[in-house]
Amino acid sequence: MRVILNKKMLIVSLIVLAILFPLFVPNQYYIHILTLAFIWTIAVYGLNLISGFTGYLSLAQAGFFAIGAYSLGLLTVKAGMSFWLAFILAPLITSIFGLLIGLVALRTKEHFFAIYTLCVGYIIYLVIDKWDRLTEGVRGLMGIPSPADIGPISFSTPLGQYYFVFVVLLLVIFLVYRIVNSLTGRSFIAIRNSEQLAQSLGISTMKNKLTSFVLSTFFAGVAGALYASFIRFIGPEISYTTVVFDLLTYMIVGGIGTLSGPLIGTLLIVWLSQNLQFLQDYRMLVFGPLLTMLIIFSPGGIVGSFHSWQLKRQERKRLNTGSLNN
Amino acid sequence: MLELRGATVNYGNFSAVQQADISVEEGDIVVLLGANGAGKSTTFRAISGLVRLVSGEILFKGDSIDGKSPDKIVQMGIVQCAEDRKLFPQMSVEQNLMMGAYVHRKNKKQIRKSLEEVYELFPILYDKRTNFAHSLSGGQQQMLAIGRALMSKPKVMLLDEPSTGLAPLVVEQMFKSIQQINNNGTTILLAEQNAKVALSIATKGYVYENGSIAVEGKPKELFSNEKVRKAYLGA
Repeated sequence: MRVILNKKMLIVSLIVLAILFPLFVPNQYYIHILTLAFIWTIAVYGLNLISGFTGYLSLAQAGFFAIGAYSLGLLTVKAGMSFWLAFILAPLITSIFGLLIGLVALRTKEHFFAIYTLCVGYIIYLVIDKWDRLTEGVRGLMGIPSPADIGPISFSTPLGQYYFVFVVLLLVIFLVYRIVNSLTGRSFIAIRNSEQLAQSLGISTMKNKLTSFVLSTFFAGVAGALYASFIRFIGPEISYTTVVFDLLTYMIVGGIGTLSGPLIGTLLIVWLSQNLQFLQDYRMLVFGPLLTMLIIFSPGGIVGSFHSWQLKRQERKRLNTGSLNN
Repeated sequence: MLELRGATVNYGNFSAVQQADISVEEGDIVVLLGANGAGKSTTFRAISGLVRLVSGEILFKGDSIDGKSPDKIVQMGIVQCAEDRKLFPQMSVEQNLMMGAYVHRKNKKQIRKSLEEVYELFPILYDKRTNFAHSLSGGQQQMLAIGRALMSKPKVMLLDEPSTGLAPLVVEQMFKSIQQINNNGTTILLAEQNAKVALSIATKGYVYENGSIAVEGKPKELFSNEKVRKAYLGA
């Protein structure tokens, strides 16, 4: 019971902290960075659903992120649609692409799935890069509107956008929490555990994998749409392979297949790379070895390691009290 | 109820099961005997739809089920309790059981009822229902694996080597439970290496050798068969 209370307190205080953060740090730059980090976190939550919980490493997440971003951009800039309608449509369009690609991709397994989705991601990049007439190619798509005002609430200031993205992030985390703790979520975990076992219990694995994959692309689409409306300029590089590996790093450092991992990993890495700004691209010389060490010594990431440490402690406690009783 | 006719399964060039003819009547406990790699598990995998037959057919209540997807087969009433007590280690005992009821997920009432039945059969699972599956002992894990399979309300249950790695006393209990499940109306197809105990509860037995069925008959006939005695009963 105390653990649950503590957890609740922790979550509430974190939310309060995030709400008050802009008041303590009036520096616009930090608010900008944190807003971006929240947007990436949403994409990582999607990635974590298919890769962490279902066990299918999808390397097309940046591609779907870009589909979400370009859907919003094209619908508002070229089709002249109202922002909010485009903002709702963008993740749905992304999910439709996800469904079609998932139907083919999920026939493969393990590293073949990873390679296949890597190719899909690269094809998405190529299409965006080369289809000048639709996407403006390397010039990028400019003049994407900020979220339109709703009555007195304005989203055009950095502060307004920060809170907007934060609320969406909270919604996403809540949704993922509900999914993971439902029978559907446990079916994902069962598939990760052993697809054959899941099948022999009557779980239709294709349907569940597809659900997980489409959900992951939906969240990528949400993140992409937020990104486009926040930065207001998008180019093909947001779908490039390096972005996938950034997302992957956030997820692995935070803890693959955990609920709080994506948030912790993304914030930590973004914070670290801000502090290592002075090293320029040599930052990667720090991140590379760090990541390698982490994968070798603690593949569960920060949250995963914390969980196993907690379990060990509980087990020791149980053994100690057990021996006292005897 | 369940019938295999000339069932043949290949893994690449390797033929795992050749021309197996098995027939299971309603209410039977049929035992498949045989050494490791003789083809028992492959037969189960074929019935569960996890591998396709190269030739032959599998009939359930007179209809062919070959080519049906594994989840359809579970829905129809054939469930497998796989070897090695494969559980979901980071889920609780009750969550593991709930996964077994996946095909009935919309029928909450029925799930409650099945859950009660499983707890009645294995009271220890009720006591440990909130524990992680990986914290259970070997025998309890086997009970959980069987209980989970029962949650799908099977008409036929395929049990793959439930006695592996269990202490003799626990094995005896396990077989009593299996008999109990059978008495409650579930037909059982059992793969075992522990021939003595298995045949003692069986209504019929098949002996596998290198992927094909070498001997079949009533337990009494198998007990008196010279070959079977030598190979499996150590006498």
